[in-house]
Amino acid sequence: MTAPAAPESIPPEARPRLPRGVRLTHSEAQGGWVLLAPERMFRADAIAVAVLERCTGEATFEAIVDDLAATYAAPRERIAADVGTLLRSLADKRLLEL
Amino acid sequence: MTSEDTATVMADTARAPARATPLHAPIGLLAELTHRCPLGCPYCSNPVALEGRADELDTNTWARVLQEAAALGVLQVHLSGGEPAARRDLPAITAAAHAAGLYTNLITSGVGLTATTLEALAEAGLDHVQVSIQDFAPQSADHIAGYKGAFARKTALAADVIRLGLPLTINAVMHRANIDHIEAMVDLALALGASRVEIAHVQYYGWALKNRAQLMPTREQVSRAAAAVDALRQRHHGRIVIDAVIPDYYARYPKACVGGWGRRSLNVTPSGRVLPCHAAETIPGMTFWSVREHSLAEIWAHSPAFNAFRGTDWMQEPCRSCPRREQDFGGCRCQALALTGDARATDPVCHLSPHHARLAELVAEQENTPYSYRR
Repeated sequence: MTAPAAPESIPPEARPRLPRGVRLTHSEAQGGWVLLAPERMFRADAIAVAVLERCTGEATFEAIVDDLAATYAAPRERIAADVGTLLRSLADKRLLEL
Repeated sequence: MTSEDTATVMADTARAPARATPLHAPIGLLAELTHRCPLGCPYCSNPVALEGRADELDTNTWARVLQEAAALGVLQVHLSGGEPAARRDLPAITAAAHAAGLYTNLITSGVGLTATTLEALAEAGLDHVQVSIQDFAPQSADHIAGYKGAFARKTALAADVIRLGLPLTINAVMHRANIDHIEAMVDLALALGASRVEIAHVQYYGWALKNRAQLMPTREQVSRAAAAVDALRQRHHGRIVIDAVIPDYYARYPKACVGGWGRRSLNVTPSGRVLPCHAAETIPGMTFWSVREHSLAEIWAHSPAFNAFRGTDWMQEPCRSCPRREQDFGGCRCQALALTGDARATDPVCHLSPHHARLAELVAEQENTPYSYRR
């Protein structure tokens, strides 16, 4: 893949998961949820946590969007777009496998 | 929800005011397990006087330190050295870090680390491996490392890392002899299966200072390197993460060294002394506490060395009144000392430093004489 002009959309059947070497952890001392990665750390807010907890490698992108839309009673298209953007950005940083 | 939902902790904490806030918990711990190393790299940033094997902390003490680190809020431990694999108990120390709940990162030269030991480390819960490379081709890489056959052993180890399913970072240490090879080095990292490459310009501390005239890149090389990194990031977007910063002596503002003194990280030497940064022992008059006598929590909060440059009260002008004082914290104390003779001075990398012009003179002092290898 070479420098796409627009971010690629996530296929509905993709099963996103955190790769080995990336984990989500809660740290009281650091004030919340943190995504730990090779020599990097990212703070994860409540929404990111809700998404990442569903990235088990079993649930499909489609199922994750359905689940989030039902849980948060939000419009499905909006959720699909937002979650897609988040997952694509994480995948580009090699923090997620699709 | 956008990608901004996940902001780096580094950026995040850098914005937080350093004074008037309660002491923040450290995030990372650099565990220098040993100073022993088979390589002779001229750019080694370890101190000129190394600690000997007889003074090294034992396995149980490291296990205790790692537990204390986790309790203090540390999330990542970097197992480093020297070459950490020079210690036979590396798997036991890794297991102790993992048991404490820490994210464990191995920083290795790849020389002296066998496939069997690597398997034991993966089994013990190792999370990530960083292997350094000196150049893209064996002959020149081995010449820089001062060790024949180093390149072949590094690439073999990298292959083992991938075979075991561990994530791999290639640390490409850049200086005048290889800075024009960035593209080939990134290609090598990709071929080895790395998910991340660190373009790490030599920093002139410890042993490296002896070789500054041999290692310093030219301004033209630095500009070409910056353009090369931009192009490579575009070309390999989504395939490999390329982390790179402008080399110190050519920057306009100093780096926020270790994220600010005593704010984010600690460094434990092979013998157990706890330093706010890697080179802190070069600063005269500092008192470093040891894990042999104090808990890590006591050291973090009360060690005179950690409190010496915390916050902004210690600063002089131009730092004291500078709007960036809580962004870069005046830069690096060790570099300020090395280049101005005063550890409280503004890091001369900053263009506002009265000593900044001296840097231009230093970068011009380039010699093509042989390296002084670390032996």
